[in-house]
Amino acid sequence: MIPDEPFIRWDWIVTNLGDIGERTWEHVLMTVIAVGVGFVISFVLSLLIVRWRRLYGPVIGTSGLLYSIPSLGLFALLIPLTGVTLLTAEIALVSYTLLILVRNIVAGFDGVPRDVLEAAEGMGYGPWQLLWRVQLPLALPTIVAGLRIATVTTVGLVAVTALIGQSNLGSLIVQRGIRASFPTAILVGAVGSVLLGLIADLGFVGLQRLLTPWARARGG
Amino acid sequence: MEFLGQLAAWFGDPAQWTGRNSIPVHLLGHLALSGSALLGGLVIALPIGIAIGHTGRGAFLAIALANIGRAIPSIAILGIVFPISLRLHLGFGFVPTLIALIALSIPPIVTNTYAALRDVDRDLVEAGRGMGMGELQLLARVELPVGAGLLLAGIRTAAVQVVATASLGAVISADCLGYFVIHGIATNDLPEIFAGALMIAGLSLLTELLFAALQRRLVSPGLQDAPAPRPFLDAGALPREAQP
Repeated sequence: MIPDEPFIRWDWIVTNLGDIGERTWEHVLMTVIAVGVGFVISFVLSLLIVRWRRLYGPVIGTSGLLYSIPSLGLFALLIPLTGVTLLTAEIALVSYTLLILVRNIVAGFDGVPRDVLEAAEGMGYGPWQLLWRVQLPLALPTIVAGLRIATVTTVGLVAVTALIGQSNLGSLIVQRGIRASFPTAILVGAVGSVLLGLIADLGFVGLQRLLTPWARARGG
Repeated sequence: MEFLGQLAAWFGDPAQWTGRNSIPVHLLGHLALSGSALLGGLVIALPIGIAIGHTGRGAFLAIALANIGRAIPSIAILGIVFPISLRLHLGFGFVPTLIALIALSIPPIVTNTYAALRDVDRDLVEAGRGMGMGELQLLARVELPVGAGLLLAGIRTAAVQVVATASLGAVISADCLGYFVIHGIATNDLPEIFAGALMIAGLSLLTELLFAALQRRLVSPGLQDAPAPRPFLDAGALPREAQP
């Protein structure tokens, strides 16, 4: 690194604002794809688990095993199959969301009181109505809590995908920063990804309050 | 099949076993980094977690740390530490990676130690007090043994995270298993990438299993309602007290 290079060059930030915005947008997109796809898969898996309880061990065990593989390791394990591509990055990112999401969605469904279910059944709700109008709304706080953790974690992991050539705030840290000996880019990428994580976190807190007005009414 | 052959050939190549960038050098580097980072993390985080958990004061710190730890990407910490370390003439590679890893290991240890001590039945603590135990005695003979399960779970989380993240040190030229993946990508060498990935994944899984076994051995069998360690099933789980 150049000895006199300052930690932050404001003029570089100003002239590269467009670029920084683009990297941020790519970061958001990669996160949304991963959490979105991860949520759909986890939701289906959780419904299967609620129906066939014995699936819980194998599903959580497998996603826990995936979760225990370091990100760089999982990306690299996939490269011989899918190359140094966005697909590789997204497959790994989706795998990491499964453990958190399945655990929380199942916990949400499990938390619905038995008598509420019986009351709804007694009122003539079919299984689908029961799911959409009773179980899902009641499970929502726990599910959103899971989404919150999964999203914040994914924002951080997306930055690591810069190591397999993906363009996002992580590439400001790695390619433009560390490899080019340019601290300003490191700082912008690092601060940007932390801010994104915090914004996502606060966003989910807000969403949770919006979606569960009854919790607010009780002062929760 | 052909790929398996290439992979075996890569591992069998004597060039991987001697010299500057051989497997032993990077494996030892990885272990040295992870071991010293975990040790450093324990020295800093255990006293903080014990102080918060024992007194019950500063709980917000334990919870805030858990959330902050998750929100700050590991590569961002590494990136920020790197130029500072260069500026302070601490070098590149080992020292900045070590500092980043220590920072990463602190949140799970503090949060879990806090949760472990808070989780101890208050009646037990009061009984200890009634028997005339001082604060240190209470800690050493009641709170820590009873809370050992959760506490060790935190150390396990930190250990796995440290071993996992140490790979990223390769980006700033630290000796670690990440070298093979980064070098393999740069030179488009698929067997090297995959071999590196296998070693990274293997070491992480071993760490998980090792610390789960340690947890099982160290927690008193009398604590039947303490959560039994389950490798992988509890991966990434936060203690109830620290959940958002």
